[in-house]
Amino acid sequence: MGIQEFTYLLQGLAWTLFLTAIGFAGGIFFGLVVALMRVSPSAWLRVPAICWIGLFQGTPLLMQLFVAYFGLPLIGFDLPAWGAVSVALTAHASAFLGEIWRGAIQAVPKGQSEAAQALGLHGFSRMFDVVLPQAFKLSLPATVGFLVQLLKGTSLAAIVGFIELARAGTIVSNQIYRPLLVFGVVGAMYFAMCWPLSLWGRTLERRMAAGQAK
Amino acid sequence: MASMIEMQRIEKYYGAFHALKNINLTVAKGEKIVLCGPSGSGKSTLIRCINHLETIKSGEIVVAGHRLNDSQKAVDAVRREVGMVFQQFNLFPHKTVLENCILAPMRVRKLSRSEAEATARKYLERVRIGDQAEKYPAQLSGGQQQRVAIARALCMEPKAMLFDEPTSALDPEMVKEVLDTMVSLARDGMTMICVTHEMGFARQVADRVIFMADGQIIEENDPESFFRAPKHERTRAFLGEILAHH
Amino acid sequence: MTLDFSVVTDAWQSLLFGTLGTLFLAFSGMLIAMFIGIAGVVILRMQMWLPSLLVTAFVEIVRNTPFLVQIFFVFFALPLAGIRLNPTMTAVIALGVNGGAYAIEIIRGGVESIPKGQTEAGLALGLHKHEVFRLIVLTPALRAIYPSLSSQFILLTLTTAICTSISAYELTSVGQRIEAETFRSFEVYFTLTGIYLVISLVTMWCLAAIGRWAFSYPQR
Repeated sequence: MGIQEFTYLLQGLAWTLFLTAIGFAGGIFFGLVVALMRVSPSAWLRVPAICWIGLFQGTPLLMQLFVAYFGLPLIGFDLPAWGAVSVALTAHASAFLGEIWRGAIQAVPKGQSEAAQALGLHGFSRMFDVVLPQAFKLSLPATVGFLVQLLKGTSLAAIVGFIELARAGTIVSNQIYRPLLVFGVVGAMYFAMCWPLSLWGRTLERRMAAGQAK
Repeated sequence: MASMIEMQRIEKYYGAFHALKNINLTVAKGEKIVLCGPSGSGKSTLIRCINHLETIKSGEIVVAGHRLNDSQKAVDAVRREVGMVFQQFNLFPHKTVLENCILAPMRVRKLSRSEAEATARKYLERVRIGDQAEKYPAQLSGGQQQRVAIARALCMEPKAMLFDEPTSALDPEMVKEVLDTMVSLARDGMTMICVTHEMGFARQVADRVIFMADGQIIEENDPESFFRAPKHERTRAFLGEILAHH
Repeated sequence: MTLDFSVVTDAWQSLLFGTLGTLFLAFSGMLIAMFIGIAGVVILRMQMWLPSLLVTAFVEIVRNTPFLVQIFFVFFALPLAGIRLNPTMTAVIALGVNGGAYAIEIIRGGVESIPKGQTEAGLALGLHKHEVFRLIVLTPALRAIYPSLSSQFILLTLTTAICTSISAYELTSVGQRIEAETFRSFEVYFTLTGIYLVISLVTMWCLAAIGRWAFSYPQR
């Protein structure tokens, strides 16, 4: 594998990071919406959120990419490939992050909300000043864990033809016909991105467990 | 009187921490010993050495004629003769009360199921919990669970019983039912070593009270003298604190 | 925009067989994963540094690389190792290896979640170490990890879709064949998504029912 092929892989890697960043950023925003709908007392908000989460957790990410890729043009959105993939990844992330944060919000002791209520705080302030900051901390390990999932998940864009790291690997592998070397290198690149995140997530989790034991 | 448990020159370490220092203790058949002392003094460690839940660095332990060493055979022999009751009950949550009681008799003593059940029902009656035999541990109160744990140990027909703070994890109103069970067991002549801070119990049944601190036996005496005239300064301080709370 | 789902309904037999292929991949993959998971935990519990290090490295590598890369790697590595398997069996191996790494983590957590006192009580009653594990630790540990194992099984079922990349026989590859013949991409993938959703929901329901039946003793 020469410098040229390696550079090609690095370009793919840049796209992988780009897709991950878009999906995660979009996922944070819409995930918060999903989480808040999911814990809402109103069934009109709660039930759609439950369905949204169930839909994305109950189907393969690959199908979600395909449906977005072929479905968006049908309803009049002629997006470039990366756009369609980004939409799918964002929707995917919003469901998973929504569910993670739902769990975290409900894990904040009820007394916190009651104390805020007793102090006369209203719904919005109760949620954003008291509950969410604590929930955010609780959810951090799982959120980081999902970021790793998402980063790995972007590899599926390869199957719809988008040239990110995994697809770049397939192309290079076909050119130089050293598949084990190429996929070994590609795997190592993914590992170099994911492993530090995983370690960070585990550190957060351990620190939190230690904090709770006190 | 023949001795049931003999411990000589026991030394025990956790890493660099010297947990037991030159422990010598002989318990006669039918004798009741109460072990007390501040937390971290080594009293739990001491009784856990007797049935080899903890290994010792040096010294000699003989239980009911079996010399304890690292061989599985010796450990098996000792554990068959000695029952243990834990602070946290440690009943098996996936087995009913009756199943908890027949497990070891069937596996270890090789009793048939009907023999084991008959024994189990006898001892469950004995701790006044016979009507709960089909329930799961989680369905019982703490006091009931601890009485089941006592019955479970008795089902092995042990020659001696070890109690490791059996009432410390109980709500106050449940302490008495467990202590009553232990008192009646003592009256029947069981050899017992109890780690407990229940001084009323010590007065009532103990032949000897032993006070430990920093891995050493500081003082031992019959309960009457022990409570009336503790010799050692640390014993007095300890008793002062314990009795102030009761 | 005109949608024509007749291409999908006409191919219902292929889709049915594809679904069976997906279930086959998921079940056999999970079987291998459980085997690897138990073996891995047994090795970790021996507490010897080199085997433990190897198991840990395996877990970390699998968990931090995409399945797509793993399956390509297995696909090209097996023949070099002299093992010739058809794509479907290759996919089973790749799924098993992937799931195995997650299973090791889950099972280890489950065994560690059982209080030490349970083991001690068993030993104090005279039971041997292996009896203590089998009679006392195993059932509560299984109960503790059952929810995680169930989610892992669902995840593995959804992961099987990626096996289309090596043309294993399963639902997605069947769908891609229909797509290639009819050019009705959206209709095909929309239907596949629906079928996967039904598979997940039914599996979830079955696993929950099995869980209630197998671990019916009350929680503390």
